[in-house]
Amino acid sequence: MGRVWSLFHKFASPKWFYEISGKLLPWFVAMTGLVLCTGVVWGLAYAPPDYQQGNAFRIMYIHVPASILAESSYMMMALAGAVGLIWKIKLADLALKTAAPLGASLTFLSIATGAIWGKPIWGTWWVWDARLTSMLVLLFLFVGVIALRSAMENKEAAGKACAILALVGLVNIPIIKMSVEWWFTLHQPSSFKLTEKPAMPPEMWIPLLIMVVGYYSAFATAWMMRIRVEILEQENRTQWVRDRVRTA
Amino acid sequence: MHNIFFATVRRDLKIAYRNSSDLLNPLAFFFIVVTLFPLGISPSPQVLSGLAPGVLWVAALLATLLSVDGLFKSDYEDGSLEQILISPQPLFMVVLGKVVGHWLVTGFPLTLLTPVLAVMLFLPVDGIIALELTLLIGTPILSLIGAIGAGLTVGLKRGGLLISVLILPLYVPVLILGTLAVQAGVDGQSFAGHLLWMGSLLVMGLGLAPLATAAGLRISASS
Repeated sequence: MGRVWSLFHKFASPKWFYEISGKLLPWFVAMTGLVLCTGVVWGLAYAPPDYQQGNAFRIMYIHVPASILAESSYMMMALAGAVGLIWKIKLADLALKTAAPLGASLTFLSIATGAIWGKPIWGTWWVWDARLTSMLVLLFLFVGVIALRSAMENKEAAGKACAILALVGLVNIPIIKMSVEWWFTLHQPSSFKLTEKPAMPPEMWIPLLIMVVGYYSAFATAWMMRIRVEILEQENRTQWVRDRVRTA
Repeated sequence: MHNIFFATVRRDLKIAYRNSSDLLNPLAFFFIVVTLFPLGISPSPQVLSGLAPGVLWVAALLATLLSVDGLFKSDYEDGSLEQILISPQPLFMVVLGKVVGHWLVTGFPLTLLTPVLAVMLFLPVDGIIALELTLLIGTPILSLIGAIGAGLTVGLKRGGLLISVLILPLYVPVLILGTLAVQAGVDGQSFAGHLLWMGSLLVMGLGLAPLATAAGLRISASS
């Protein structure tokens, strides 16, 4: 157990993370490029058209992974906050800080592509559907974390405050989703059956799965890059950062 | 442990009654916001009775939100918050006492005032009963969640708008349950399920929100 802990703390030290992530980063970039290209080409060009939606359904390959990742990025952010609060690890705070704008962009991408998809299929850019509404609330939760961070001048306090806010949001997300779904089913007739996932043939869902993996990989890559920049900025007084900047 | 809770409630009530604007401003705000809707949309009874549940709930939400911003402000500014933090009394109970005090001067009077406004918005009597019950259970939840935002932003100079951004998304479930219950009441259906859900949210809020608020206060005071 002691060994595990010392490894944990070693990995959590900014310097060690910077070194390791520097070695891993090229691999991640390569994997992201490869997987995303495969998924995009397969999904957009080779997957069979939908029998109802024709080619319009292909935006699914952009939209669905973004939605999946938007939610799980909030979870990752809140978990990073919890780790930072419990074990007082600086790196976790940087992870939280950098995950917030990434998650917000993914949520925005999900809503925007959903609107673009909705126009030809539902005939309208926006409906107050349960999923759309809870995505919108998720975007607000991300915006809250970002706003709180930018309002607080003391960096350490800002990190802890954001962690608490993220955890409060994490507890609330299931409640919000449940209430929004309840609100929707009681308020509106279920006229949009198309939001339910059709039983897809493998030629359709395999590229979707590849895209989901690609999105996760892209998220990890971007997250790592952002954390690296933050580390350099935060540790700019230390010797190892100076040495590194000088040799670069 | 109970003493500190009641002592905090008593202290906050005393302060509020000596400073009567604390007591009247949320109510006046609530009244004025509700008045704006008939002026802005339509004075017709059909339109207004349809809008009434949402309008009253949103106005109650905003009134709570704007008043909760000052929950810890004066304590922070005059240094008594630090005294509270370093005292051996459990912070959880102090926070709970402050939240209850806040509810007694905003949420509770607001609930009492609502029937008048509901009649002015032509809400049927069944709907008014549902509205009163949901407000009675729901406004403490609003105070509890609002206190989290107040604790996190108490050290900031311009907390007002920020607290809305942090807290309003978290108010969504209460708003939905409240308006659905009123709608069910208007339609003559049972709204017991909504009340039970809201009650469970209240219990959860009572247990968890003061913890988050206390943690937020410690952070705000340390920076």
